[in-house]
This record gives sequence, C-alpha cells and structure tokens, in this order.
Amino acid sequence: MELYVSEFSKYVITLLIGLYTYECFAVFRYEKEEQRKGIYTRQNLLMFAFHFSCFLVLCFETGDITYLFFYAFQQIVLYAVIGLYRMLYQDANRLVVNNMCMLLSIGFCILTRLDMNKAIKQFVIASGSLVIALVIPFFVHKFKFLKNLKWVYVLVGIAALSVVMILGQTTYGSKLSYSIAGITFQPSEFVKILFVFYVASALYEASGFFEVFTTAVAAAAHVIVLVVSKDLGSALIFFIVYVLMVFVASKNYFYLMAGALGGSAAAYIAYRVFSHVQIRVQAWRDPWSVIDSAGYQITQSLFAISSGGWFGLGLGKGTPNAIPFVEADFIFSAVAEEFGIIFAVCLILICVSCFVMFMRISMELRDKFYQLTAFGLGVIYIFQVFLTIGGGTKFIPLTGVTLPFISYGGSSVLTTVIMFAVMEGLSMIRQDEERYLRQLARAKKKKKRKQIVRKAMMQEDEELRPGESELEIEAEMDEEQPVGDDFEDEE
Amino acid sequence: MKTKNKNQVRKKKKKNKEIMLITWMFTLLFLGLSGYIVHYSATHKQELINNSYNGRQQILLAQNRRGKILSSDGSVLAQTIVDDEGKEKREYPYQNLFSHVVGYATNGRMGVESQANYYLINSNAPLSQKAALDVSGEKYPGDDVYTTLDVNIQEVASKALGVYQGAVVVTEPGTGKVLAMVSKPDFNPEEIADIWDDLIEDKESSILLNRASQGLYPPGSTFKIVTALEYIRENPDTYQGYNYTCNGSITRDDSRIQCYHGSVHGAVDFQRSFAKSCNTSFANIGLSLDRDAFGDTLDSLLFNQSLPVAFQSGVSKISVSEETSDADMMQVSIGQGTTSITPLLLNMITCAIANEGVLMKPYLIDYVENSAGNKTKTFSPDAYGKLMEQNEAEILKGLMEDVVEEGTASKLKGLSYTAAGKTGSAEYGTVKGESHAWFTGFAPVEAPQVCVTVIIEGAGAGGDYAVPIAKRIFDAYFENSAG
Repeated sequence: MELYVSEFSKYVITLLIGLYTYECFAVFRYEKEEQRKGIYTRQNLLMFAFHFSCFLVLCFETGDITYLFFYAFQQIVLYAVIGLYRMLYQDANRLVVNNMCMLLSIGFCILTRLDMNKAIKQFVIASGSLVIALVIPFFVHKFKFLKNLKWVYVLVGIAALSVVMILGQTTYGSKLSYSIAGITFQPSEFVKILFVFYVASALYEASGFFEVFTTAVAAAAHVIVLVVSKDLGSALIFFIVYVLMVFVASKNYFYLMAGALGGSAAAYIAYRVFSHVQIRVQAWRDPWSVIDSAGYQITQSLFAISSGGWFGLGLGKGTPNAIPFVEADFIFSAVAEEFGIIFAVCLILICVSCFVMFMRISMELRDKFYQLTAFGLGVIYIFQVFLTIGGGTKFIPLTGVTLPFISYGGSSVLTTVIMFAVMEGLSMIRQDEERYLRQLARAKKKKKRKQIVRKAMMQEDEELRPGESELEIEAEMDEEQPVGDDFEDEE
Repeated sequence: MKTKNKNQVRKKKKKNKEIMLITWMFTLLFLGLSGYIVHYSATHKQELINNSYNGRQQILLAQNRRGKILSSDGSVLAQTIVDDEGKEKREYPYQNLFSHVVGYATNGRMGVESQANYYLINSNAPLSQKAALDVSGEKYPGDDVYTTLDVNIQEVASKALGVYQGAVVVTEPGTGKVLAMVSKPDFNPEEIADIWDDLIEDKESSILLNRASQGLYPPGSTFKIVTALEYIRENPDTYQGYNYTCNGSITRDDSRIQCYHGSVHGAVDFQRSFAKSCNTSFANIGLSLDRDAFGDTLDSLLFNQSLPVAFQSGVSKISVSEETSDADMMQVSIGQGTTSITPLLLNMITCAIANEGVLMKPYLIDYVENSAGNKTKTFSPDAYGKLMEQNEAEILKGLMEDVVEEGTASKLKGLSYTAAGKTGSAEYGTVKGESHAWFTGFAPVEAPQVCVTVIIEGAGAGGDYAVPIAKRIFDAYFENSAG
C-alpha cells in the first residue's frame, strides 16, 4: 500500500505543480485582475491538493499520523492569508499572494521531510511574518512620505550592517548575524529592502551624474561593509540591484556598461585578494578534484540532482541529508532529488512568474519612486533565486544565499514576506493610478475634467503627486479614445 | 487620429524599454539555467551514481538485489545468490572464462559489472512484485543485463590461447557486437577478495589488466595495413606500379631495417610486399610518405585518443609529424619503434575494412531487462563514421585476401569459408628475435560476418602461432551458424 501511494503520488505531485505553473503564466494573457479570477481559484485548489498529497505521502512514509496535524495548521495559516488579502486588499495582486503561499508550502513540505524541528520553527516564524506583513500593503499604499526618507534608509542600513561587522557571530568564515535575546538576526537580509527604498528615493526625481555619484558612494559603503564581513553573496546582490536601478532610472546604457566593467574588475580583484573566493571558484570549475574538501558540498548536491530523474525518488525516499546545510543553501537539490527534475524546473518557473509580475507592476506604475522600488525588489528577489539555484547546480560558483520562501532561515522568510507585501502595496497604488487616469479621461469627455482635477488636488493638497502632470497630458491625448484603451495598447 | 495613436504606443514602449530589457535578460538566464539542469541531470545520472562518494549507491544495494549478467543466448555469466544464512554472494558460473570482460563487483568494479553497474543495482520490477516483496521483507530483483557475448566462441578462443599470455577480440563488423573478449592470464572473479592482496602487492602482475582492450603492444607487421592505406591515399593511380628489390635489408642514416628472420624477398610489387610482409620494402614505402598527411590519417584511425566505446579501453600511441626522422619513419612503417596499439583498436580498423570503411562502435551490452522480462533499455548498433573510403577498404581487403592466398596466413587457405587478414611478428624488448604473434582478419571475404584479432605474447611468428588460433575461432563461428 505504502509503495503504491509513494509511486503514484510522484506523478500526481508532478502533474499538480505542472498545472499550477501553467496557470502562473496563463495569468499574463489577461489584463485585469477580474478576468484572472478563475485562474486564481484553480491555483488555490491545486495548492491545496499538492500540499495535502505531500503530507499524505509523509504520513505513509513514516507511519506517523501527527504529520497531518502539522499539515492542518499550515493549511489554515496559508488559506487565512489568501482570504485576508482578498478581504482587506481588493486591489492586491492575487498571483503574488498565491505564489507566496505556494512557495511557502513547498518549503514546508521539504523541510518537514528533512528536519521536523526546523520545519516547526520555520512554520512559526513564517506565520508571524505573514501576520506582521499583513499591515505593510496598507502602509505602503497610504504613507506617501516613504519617498522622503532616503537618509533614514541609508543610515539605518549601514548602521545595521556595521553592527554585524563589528559584533557579529562568525559562521564558516563570514560574519552574517547577531543575536538579541536568543533570536538570531541576519541584517543583510532586511537591509536589502531598505537599500532598494534608498536608491528609489534618491533617484526618482533626477538621475543625473550628481545623484548617481552620491548614491554610488552610499552603495559602495554597503558593499564594502559586506565585503569586510565576507558576505560576498549579499555584496553581489547589492551591487547588481544598484547598477540595474541606476540604469532604469537614468535610461542611460553608459551606467549599465560601467556597472558591468566595474563588476568584472571587482570580481577579479576579489578573486585575487580573498582565498575563500579562490576556493569557491575552484570548487565550481572542478569539484571532483577537491571532492574531499571544498568540492564536497557541491558534488553531493550534484549527486542529489542527478539521482532524482524526471519524477523524483519520492518524498522521503532519497538521501538529501547527505548534503551539508541542505536545508539552507542546497534546498533546491533536495527538491530536485525527491520531487524530480520536472518539479524543480516548475519551481524555477514559478519564481520567474513572480518576477515577471513584479516587472509588469513596475512598468505600469506612473510614479517613478514606486516604479523603481518595484523594479529593485523584483531584481533582488530573482537574482537571489539565481545565485542559490545556479550555485547549487554548478552553473555558477557557490555564494551561499538562501532560496526565498523555501530555504530554512527566519530572516530570509521574514524579509521575503515583507518584500512581497510591499509589492502588494505597490500594486494597489498602480490600481489607484489607473482608476484616476480613467476618471480623468471620462471627466474630460464629459467636459468636467477641471472640476475633478481640482477636487483631486484638494484631496491631496498636502502633496502633489509628481506623476500627475504627466497623467493629465496622457488623459488629454486619450480624449477621443474609448475609456480603457489606453492600458490595452501597451502590451 | 491613427498617427496619434501610434505615437502614443511608441512613447509608452520607449518608457518601459529598460525594464523590458532586464525582464527578458533574467527570463532568458533562467531558461538557460533550467536547460542546463535538465541536460546535466539527464546526462550524468549513471556516471554520478557510480561515484564512490555517492551514498545513494549503498541505498540501492540495500534495497535491490544485484541483477544478473547474461550472454547473448541467455546463459548466466554472473548472478547474486543468497545462501542459507541470508548472505549474498556473487556467483560466476564460468569461473575464469569471462574474468576480464564480465569482471567483478567486489574490491572495486571491472568489466560489464562496472559498465552496467547502474542497471544492475536499479530495479524496474513491476509494482505488484515489489509490493509482494515488501510484505515478505525481501529485496527487489535488480535489472538483468544481456551482453553480446557468445559463450561458445569465448570458450574456443580461451582454449586456443591455452597457457600463453595474450588476448583475443572477436566482433561482428556489421554491428559492432563484441562476441568474445579473452585476456590471459585470467583469474576467478569469485576469488577476487582472497587473491586481492597478493595482486595488489605484486606490482609486476598485470593479471587484472584486460589485455584485449587495454593492453598496449607493438603492432609489428599488422601495422602495414595502415602504411598501405596511406600509400594508396597518396598514390591512388600509381600504387599498383610500385616496384622494389628486396635484398634482406635497407639502411638509411645509419639505421638498418631487416626482413623477418633474414628473408630475402627479391623483386616485389605493392601487393606482394604486403602478402609477404616485406619489412625492407615497407620501410622504403614509409620513407616516401608525406609525414603530415600520415599524421592526419593516424588521427582519423583513432590513434592517440580514447576509443568510442562504453567500456574501459587503452589509448594507442604513435607519433608521426614533420619532424619525424627517416630512421624513425622506417620503424613506424613496419609497426616497430615506439608505436603501440591495443588489440581492440586493431580489431576496429579491421572491422572498418570489412564493413566498406564504416566503423560500427564496438559494444558489449545488448539490452537490459526487468524481472518480468520487459526490456527497459536497448542498445542498437551505432556507426562511428567512415575510417576510410569504400574503394580504399576494397583495395585493402584485396591485399589481405592475398595474404591468405599466397602469403603469411596460408593456413587459412582452402577452407569451407574464405578469409582475409594480416599477420604480424612484433619484436619487443631488447633481445633480438623474440616476438609477439599477431593476426587480425575477417571471414567470409565476400560478406564479412566476423572479425578476429589475436595476439600471443612472445610466441614467435604470427603466421605460425596466431593464425591457427584465428582459424579455430572462425571454424567455431561458422559451425555455430551452420548448426
């Protein structure tokens, strides 16, 4: 019986994730959230079926019925989150919420299988994070002063990183974290978000040479502190997101080229200066020659990935625990071994669909500050995914960053949940803009435009939205077109 | 209004161009990453499971009973049996006979046991059977591997070689199937654990080496096939007009080449030089060759590179280039000097000649079957490519036929089948006169079905010692197929 369940479930689980992934991209066929309703509901059903199947397999595998209780708690929390977002934030993007919950449930399943205690800890932290993050879309949506806090972001960020550099605990050669009251924090995770806010607030008004130069100094300060702490993976993420944000803000290819050149030079210098970078590069180029030492992790990871086959060995059937730190840095390899390569590729595609949705929200935002913020967060997310999956599969050298939502690690989960919540706030701002624009167009048509504008200006007279004048011009141009065309044109 | 609309679209596109660019960049990056992961895991599965650092192998062994290795007609060559105490033991019913080619699976792995390890330790038994075994607490049966080996031919080849050290390779030129592969001295794989320490201690011993695929020998006169091929290539219209008068030796730059056992062949043409295996004449031919072009030909004949086979094999060594001196060139042309070749490569070149110039990759594993008798993996004949043109193969075939009809392999003349081949007596070491006996050839000439390569270490002339062994193998093969 157990054998039939575990064999059959492999195909069921692969099918479920395949369908879910398909829906993730089917979403982009439609422009408006209302049209996507059916897709989102189907996704929720698929998530439920997937999550339940996994825990059913775990129950059969271990013969321990308590897994089902753990599952029930997880399911309740995740569905509560989906329900609450729908209730509280009608304008929120449901793909972002769905993917967040789906990725979290994949993480719970594989962590439960790897280490029950860590899974429980992760579940508690994730639940707390989800509750805290529930208010974030509201803040982002309502608090317009976020774009004026650039000095706060940069000072808090550098201070937090510096504290780690000076006082932090050393884990495997890198200073990553410090403990307050028994809880260990890894500030570089949170500071990523602050950093994106900083760059967006510094560049949204103007991105001439002066602004780029001052932000470059601040970015360099972050990166240098991280390099001194030997947290090179995070340093790389900060660097990439900075260069790409400057590029998008300035629309100047020169900065992209300069960033690429500067990055290459910095990578070369890091390679010459730091022995642990050399070791990592060597372990990437030929892990088999150093299989006893530096190459051990990566070769064990490759064994895991290659042993799963298309449909995986089945949950609980493999030996992912042979990889040191599998639950943090190499969780993707564990997924590939037990869920199979098809599943692993679907997981990658789900992450990509999050990213594409972030980019779409960013593109549609008229307000440059929010646009840059959305863009920066999207890049941070996807680049981190790339570093950890690419590193674990020997595509690129290992950098030791976590896979957002799936890896074990409280700071990582909290940060990613916050990031997704901020995106929801930005999505709501986008809906506002769209509504405002439509209103303007309609008003113009009815020759009442001026009144509405005046009314709108009175509503927000504390501060005029910078994007507004632009919006008016667009609305004017839309004059003779049917309402709504404006947004369909651009896809 | 239309132009207005267009302008608007352009304006918006431009606005988002940078974000679009970055989105596409990352999307493509991830498509590349996904493709890489799929490709890597699909192509490295077997290699990685065989790595001794991979603990998954132990899990499979604990879960599945190692499968059987069988000959082409289903005779068991290796199987795992369970004794009364429930202990597993690997049994080799033919003892020493398949020692190298089937190999062993304790104290490391060798032969088919190593090559097919992945299939043997995995089980594709039907679910119902697995479920039943789960209930009784038994292991699942691993998949069985059917080889291309023929027990009868292997036996004949092994007996014919007798107490001599040496090797025999028997293949089908049209498919690349390996019918027999003998290496002597041999050992009993069941006793490998007992004799292991002695073997390891004795640094001189080469018992574990599969001489047929890994042994490196001077090719001697069998190499004249290659020299002849190059001469034909360089002189396609005039090679038949070649003439030389052999008076037993040739000297160039203080270096002297003699004919075997001091023979004097007199006036010889190209065909007769080959049939009589005249060293002096071939040294003369070698001196006329374009050394650069010869180097290219040798590369295309798979010298100095690993062979396109799935089992362990050695790399044959030869060096010919612009800088090769006349003295070395004379040595190379007759297969002496620093040149070395594996019996397997010589067999492959012979097969290509028999198969109109096309080399079929030699292979040992025919198919893999699960415990219910369903094939889970089948290996089909696979062409490596052309080693030579069809007309070149035809000419070489004619030359090798004459070796049987009027040359050094006359012991194969006048039989129920026609044969063609080339003998060799390869001198080795510093003592003059000691030589390995070689023969490589195929039969029947009209439509070659089987290709045999024999080497006997230190026996003497190829025509005297190697040809009779080849004959016994040919006899056995055609009796087999007749009966």
